[in-house]
Amino acid sequence: MKTMTKEKHTISLLVDNQPGVLSRIAGMFSGRGYNIESLCVATTMDPLVSRITLVTKGDQLIIEQINKQLNKLVDVIKVHDLTETDFVERETALVKVRARPGHKAEILRLVDIFKCKVVDANSTHYTIEVTGTVEKLSAFLNLIKPMGIKEIARTGSIAVSRNNK
Amino acid sequence: MEITGAQILMEIFKEEKVDSVFGMTGGAAIDIFDELARTSIQHIMVRHEQGAVHAADGYARAKRSVGVCIVTSGPGATNTVSGLASAYMDSIPLVVFTAQVPTNLIGNDAFQEVDIVGITRPCTKHNYLVRRMEDLARTVKEAFYVARSGRPGPVLVDIPKDIIQGKTAYKPLRAPSLKSYNPTYKPNIKQVKKAINLIREARKPIIFAGGGVILSGASRELAEFARRLNAPVTASLMGLGAFPGTDELWLGMPGMHGTYRANMSIGSCDLLIGIGVRFDDRVTGKIDTFAPHAKIIHIDIDPTSIRKNIPVAVPIVGDCKIALGELERLMDEEALVVDPYKNRPWLDQIEEWKNTNPLSYEQMDIIKPQYVIERLYDITKGQAIITTEVGQNQMWAAQYYHFDQPNSFITSGGLGCMGFGFPAAIGAQVASQDKLVVDIAGDGSIQMNIQEMATAMQYSLPVKIVILNNKYLGMVRQWQQLFYEKRYASTSIEETPDFVKLAESYGAVGLRATRPQEVVPVLKEGLSTPKPVIMDFWVDREECVYPMVPAGAPMTEMLLV
Repeated sequence: MKTMTKEKHTISLLVDNQPGVLSRIAGMFSGRGYNIESLCVATTMDPLVSRITLVTKGDQLIIEQINKQLNKLVDVIKVHDLTETDFVERETALVKVRARPGHKAEILRLVDIFKCKVVDANSTHYTIEVTGTVEKLSAFLNLIKPMGIKEIARTGSIAVSRNNK
Repeated sequence: MEITGAQILMEIFKEEKVDSVFGMTGGAAIDIFDELARTSIQHIMVRHEQGAVHAADGYARAKRSVGVCIVTSGPGATNTVSGLASAYMDSIPLVVFTAQVPTNLIGNDAFQEVDIVGITRPCTKHNYLVRRMEDLARTVKEAFYVARSGRPGPVLVDIPKDIIQGKTAYKPLRAPSLKSYNPTYKPNIKQVKKAINLIREARKPIIFAGGGVILSGASRELAEFARRLNAPVTASLMGLGAFPGTDELWLGMPGMHGTYRANMSIGSCDLLIGIGVRFDDRVTGKIDTFAPHAKIIHIDIDPTSIRKNIPVAVPIVGDCKIALGELERLMDEEALVVDPYKNRPWLDQIEEWKNTNPLSYEQMDIIKPQYVIERLYDITKGQAIITTEVGQNQMWAAQYYHFDQPNSFITSGGLGCMGFGFPAAIGAQVASQDKLVVDIAGDGSIQMNIQEMATAMQYSLPVKIVILNNKYLGMVRQWQQLFYEKRYASTSIEETPDFVKLAESYGAVGLRATRPQEVVPVLKEGLSTPKPVIMDFWVDREECVYPMVPAGAPMTEMLLV
């Protein structure tokens, strides 16, 4: 029964928008030795409810426990393991990259190819907004890296399922 | 009409039929106790807040209701942590109220301020900090509901002093319902049918019951189920009393200090029906050698218990009592009759294991701890409520006292919290005034909450303490003897008080036995004294608990006497 291969799972949670909820969730992960790869929290249309999208890794039994343990928390309204279904996932990064005179054109070409946006520029740096799947982000970052990345801020994944339920 | 926060608490206590609370006052909690003193609710004032929580735990189990504690902020609150953690591991319904510094001081490192909600998040079922006056009533009501429903557990409510003193309108609220919290009571019928198919095929079934059977009040259903299947029953430490310990289908407890026949049965059975258990490591031993030939049916109200430690063929999420009822109903529908001769070879095999390696010890002219428990069992006719401390005393109590009734054995099972037994006995005595309540203790663990003797005296609670005095932290010493070449590092406690004089100093009665022939007279005198009594039995210092399965070994590889 044990499948020891670790899989990445994207889990979407609806939780009561209460102080301490995030700490309960983070505490459950740290207390039981599970990992959080990324975590993203914001309120939903209902101001009393927040959505948390988290990405975690584990074998099948661990993932099953994570889902059950999350469900068990009194503040958690709904747990949806999106990896089991068809879903759309996006992440945004703001990348401040060094814009040397000889690199500017190349940077702008990459921005064009990856459909990013330059959201700020000064004499030495461009700040680029890039949105997409985690794979797209890493492909873009790999190409831009040689230009010299000064700073980077990533949101972590957000996701919704494709079906109407 | 507007009433104060403290008065709202009292109103809800009335609605929840709280008749006794356990606690200790302090600066932030004065108003609650001031209000409490005007009600008919009994306050058992302890001498240390840890005692209050364990007492509420003992009370909750003996009474089968929610135990309530009230303590002050800061150190009052932090002293409840061990008690909460113990109740959480054992799924005991408690509501613990901690007073907090006024809202405008929270976060300022005020005097006696501590973030108790932060501290207790991982050791409570749920907890709350009440930030607004208008949230108080709903929160308290919800706390009782969460504590007792689903898989029960302790809930902590932290109330700032300004909210305790503040005023607001109050009208009783309806029973809470939470969109984020809906325990599953009724099992999925498809799963129950799958279970019945396995039951039909089984030739060597056993039932493994746990604390969940006691919590859901399913002992009668369990006994009927076992008789119908003619299946032997074992029970975890927390499940002792769920099935009569004198029944012929009874196997004894399994696990690290389980009986030979219980562990051998688990090792050879072809079907194991786990009911309200969580397959703790002290029961399973080495996981992949646990019940290696068995298909496992697992009934539990908490989905996280299922497939957490062991693979399960048929998981059934639901309340034990309802699930057993559904199993019975479907077996009736399908006219499933178990041929009483089908299990005969299996039961004969178990009988043989029972006869080859029964629980035993060697009687000498020094008091054997097992002998004390056996005589205690005879003299009380098995009718006492037994609480225990933790360690050898706990295991001997589990092995040699036979529990026929649920909630007659009260112990810190999951956490293994020394200092639990005596305050728990106080709580159990408050809940069952007419019952004999006996704490089976070691000389180490009794000292962890001995201050509660003053509480027992103050409220005339005639709790009896049986100390199996070996002047060691005996269970750890046993491990040192068996696995550390007898290096008794930090386990000898020869500097113990004179327990007879100690009892007397509190105004209680102290008795001592140093030779086997004194055991029965001391027990008889102590148990018939209508006051708190310490009975100090000087037992064989190096007696070990057997059988023993070394940690991490397969359960069928037992060290026998």
